[in-house]
Amino acid sequence: MPESIPHTEERLLSIEKSVSGRRAVRLPKAAKPASAYLPQNCLRAKAPRLPELSEFDVVRHYTNLSRLNFSLDTHFYPLGSCTMKYNPKANEELASLDGFGRVHPSVPDFAAQGTLEAMYRLEKCLCEITGLSAFTLQPSAGAHGEWTGILLARAYHAKRGDAARTEIVVPDSSHGTNPASAALGGFGVVCVNSGKDGRVDVSELKKHIGPKTALVMLTVPSTVGLFETDILAIAKAVHDAGALLYMDGANFNALIGLAKPGDFGVDIMHLNMHKTFSTPHGGGGPGAGAVGVTKALEQFLPVPRVEFSNGQYRVRTDYPNSIGQLRSFFGNTGILLRAYCYLRQHSAETLRGIAENAILNANYVLAKVKDIFPPQFDEHCMHECVLYTDTAKMGVKTLDVAKRLLDYGYHAPTIYFPLIVHEAMMIEPTETESRQSIDGFIAALRAIHAEAMKDPELLKKAPHTLPVKRLDEVGAARKPDICWMK
Amino acid sequence: MFNPEKCKYSRTHEWACAENGVAAVGISDYAQHEISDIVFVELPKVGAKIEQGKRCAVIESVKAASDFFAPVSGEVVESNDALVAEPALANQSPHEKGWFCKIKISNPAELDALMDYAAYQKFCKETKH
Amino acid sequence: MLKAIGVSSLEELLSQVPQELRNSRFDLPPAMGEMELSAHMNSLAGKNSRLVNFAGGGAYEHFVPSAVKALVSRGEFATAYTPYQAEASQGTLQAIYEYQSTICALFEMDAANASLYDGSTALAEAVKAAMRITGKNKIAVSAAINPQYLATLRTYFAPLPDVTFEEIACPLGVMDPASMAQAAKDAACIVAATPNYFGCIEDTDAIAAAAKAAGALFIAIVNPASLGVLNAPGAFGADIAVAEGQPLGNALAYGGPYLGVFACKKEHMRHIPGRICGITKDLDGKRAFVLTLQAREQHIRREKAASNICSNEALCALAATIYCALLGPEGLKELGELNVENAHVAAQKIAALKSFRLKYDKPFFNEFVVECPCDAAALRDALAKEEGILPGIALDKKSLLVCVTETRTHADIEALVNALRKHSNA
Repeated sequence: MPESIPHTEERLLSIEKSVSGRRAVRLPKAAKPASAYLPQNCLRAKAPRLPELSEFDVVRHYTNLSRLNFSLDTHFYPLGSCTMKYNPKANEELASLDGFGRVHPSVPDFAAQGTLEAMYRLEKCLCEITGLSAFTLQPSAGAHGEWTGILLARAYHAKRGDAARTEIVVPDSSHGTNPASAALGGFGVVCVNSGKDGRVDVSELKKHIGPKTALVMLTVPSTVGLFETDILAIAKAVHDAGALLYMDGANFNALIGLAKPGDFGVDIMHLNMHKTFSTPHGGGGPGAGAVGVTKALEQFLPVPRVEFSNGQYRVRTDYPNSIGQLRSFFGNTGILLRAYCYLRQHSAETLRGIAENAILNANYVLAKVKDIFPPQFDEHCMHECVLYTDTAKMGVKTLDVAKRLLDYGYHAPTIYFPLIVHEAMMIEPTETESRQSIDGFIAALRAIHAEAMKDPELLKKAPHTLPVKRLDEVGAARKPDICWMK
Repeated sequence: MFNPEKCKYSRTHEWACAENGVAAVGISDYAQHEISDIVFVELPKVGAKIEQGKRCAVIESVKAASDFFAPVSGEVVESNDALVAEPALANQSPHEKGWFCKIKISNPAELDALMDYAAYQKFCKETKH
Repeated sequence: MLKAIGVSSLEELLSQVPQELRNSRFDLPPAMGEMELSAHMNSLAGKNSRLVNFAGGGAYEHFVPSAVKALVSRGEFATAYTPYQAEASQGTLQAIYEYQSTICALFEMDAANASLYDGSTALAEAVKAAMRITGKNKIAVSAAINPQYLATLRTYFAPLPDVTFEEIACPLGVMDPASMAQAAKDAACIVAATPNYFGCIEDTDAIAAAAKAAGALFIAIVNPASLGVLNAPGAFGADIAVAEGQPLGNALAYGGPYLGVFACKKEHMRHIPGRICGITKDLDGKRAFVLTLQAREQHIRREKAASNICSNEALCALAATIYCALLGPEGLKELGELNVENAHVAAQKIAALKSFRLKYDKPFFNEFVVECPCDAAALRDALAKEEGILPGIALDKKSLLVCVTETRTHADIEALVNALRKHSNA
């Protein structure tokens, strides 16, 4: 059992530690007050209710808060579809060099040649890895990328003069952001049921695609961790119907260095920098969701874009068929620099090694626990395996197993996703976990299974050793208290 | 009190209790049990025109959002503000304090398409695999 | 391991990927070790010019105290996942609650979310919310908002043909009242920035009144670094306030990662997009924090979700929270006062130059537009290349948007003025 995280008394908010008159940072005093320069009616009447703390207070407060967290640096996070791989420290330091950090986004191009070169090279690298023709680095997250892809498809069909393409097809196993993004794009969402083997059934798909289909969005490998073996037939069916094929690249860790989506018929795809490309999750963000396209769609890519001509890197916005800007400025440049650092430390061979080891590790877990947590689909998986809790046999739910895993010092896997698997548990070790680490996790799962058989209450009341126990989520939603301003 | 035995029911577990051309509607005890702790209810505005079988309200639990489909067509004449203030009423008292809204019925014949109490009980039994 | 899995080779595990797809050639450079990478990245960083910065326009240089970076770079914050397992994420969750509270305090609003991508997408979400709340499809928008924000709005609403835009003219640097009244008719919202893109502070009383008269929501775009001295959106009558949060503790970094701030009045809370953290209790009755109101989000509502957002800018929000905790209310006031003073001193000195004049005669925070006697972009380039100064953003052939924050000294300002004089023959 891991050592317990220290418990303390009721946790105080920073505002509750406030002492009137305390300051951490002093700035030089202005010669005159704001009222000397501005009319009274645009000035703030009351000081904002913010904590008054010393620097030491602030440092101690947030340092102690951080110690309440599980994090990748401290714990194994086998979260399916999240690709919680090690975040290299060199990337953090180098992406934050002052030479990158101080650059204003509106500087003339000649003053940002270093950053622009990195962005250009990153784009080219992503093209090579995916087999696609061009990438936009502007989307700030995967969902932002999906949204971009949908706008690209819309622009493509509009240019063809085809106003009938009003639907987007997604499998029932898709991540919620897929249909959400489709709906935001003004498209109707058509859902296709997955086949018995968890994959897209081509004949079933064909029933749902036709002249109204703008785009078919697939996650490859799928959210049940399986590769669409019929992908070429799927792509053909999509293209025969005049539609485009979008690949949600959340699971790209299984394919990097191994197979190119451009080769199997993908027209548009997004990549999550904070998944396959090792940028840190930050407690929920920031990430970045680069979107790649085939040659036919390049003209529609958002602006700005980086090009290289006459020995200079230039930012261009003069693309007449571009869908426009998705956000301000270039994108999450700092995150993209980290991804760039990551890729420069790999070769074609080591990239393939990532996918191979990710797949190896997931299959190892699957083989070692399938007797107690059965797989929904009994075959080798790709980089993640989807198991379920047999609630009848074990007398507990996946939620209870997940909470008990926390007591064992493991972050729970992804639970209750994909929606098509009842009591799902999706495990993705990634390639950066050692065998020792994975063996420890397997031992924990086995121990928890044994506990469930003997004393299910132990799981149902878990976690027992964390700073807090299970929470009243109903109360939090019925009477939301979301800020200290009352 | 909207006596469950006097109500009519849809296949999507809403009830309608009609009197003098106005139907009070809500979710059945079976539904509130399935959804479990309700944390928020979004009701149609007074004056809204709603259609039988179409979504007119949303029920949120912590983990899910469920659609409320209008059991009858008509115009909303009253919305239960007390329910919006305290969503738990739909769990505690689905046929009394937890009513959703009152609808001025535009087509009384629609009530015939709904199940009566006995038929609904049977329907629920069969639904429970 | 292969033995444990029951296969004799890795190839067997790859069999579900068709053979013909597994033969790709990847034309990539050889791998760099950390030492080579460091040399490479330092070399690239060195290719970015070192300029004394007078550019603003939605991204602002402010001094970030060391404690911000020290705390934000802790692995327990930086490498933590989204706090779906609340019991294992109390640090992140409490920090989010403190961020939401910091924003509500600064903005004088009742509710805020855990962040969006940047100011422009926060605006798009605010407009979507206003359309949902009012049931109307028309957007009245000031012509003086950041042009990139307007561009983003147009991209977001391009797929929805029912949505229309009407721009409010700003001939004198702020919104024209007649134009505003006209645009506000049947509008879901009036979108106004204050300070606006030209640096001018708007007449917020007039906007609030116009919005109320039209039954529209007042969406204000503000600069959070100004709220230590300037009136807050909740106080001046905005229904929803959005902002670029980068000025609070986050680097310029060529555009990102930045921080989309979204705050609103209590009655609109259920329409807030993205994640929200709330206080609750655990089984033992102890205070705890948890993501709440999740049923609005994409992983539950799917195609019926109000927004598709999943990943946000959590770590940037943490930086902003810590920055505000370090400055406190007094520090934020000092920050605001210095910005105001430095900008007004600079504006006066530039206006004293022959052939340069301030374009607008309106109150401003830390930015103002200067009309130049020569091509603004050429002037900017000359100063950047030959004086190591970025004098501002070239708005058009003749105008420069100049920003002066607390990071510019009097010597910097003198150097700017001298350089402008020298390179314009003024």
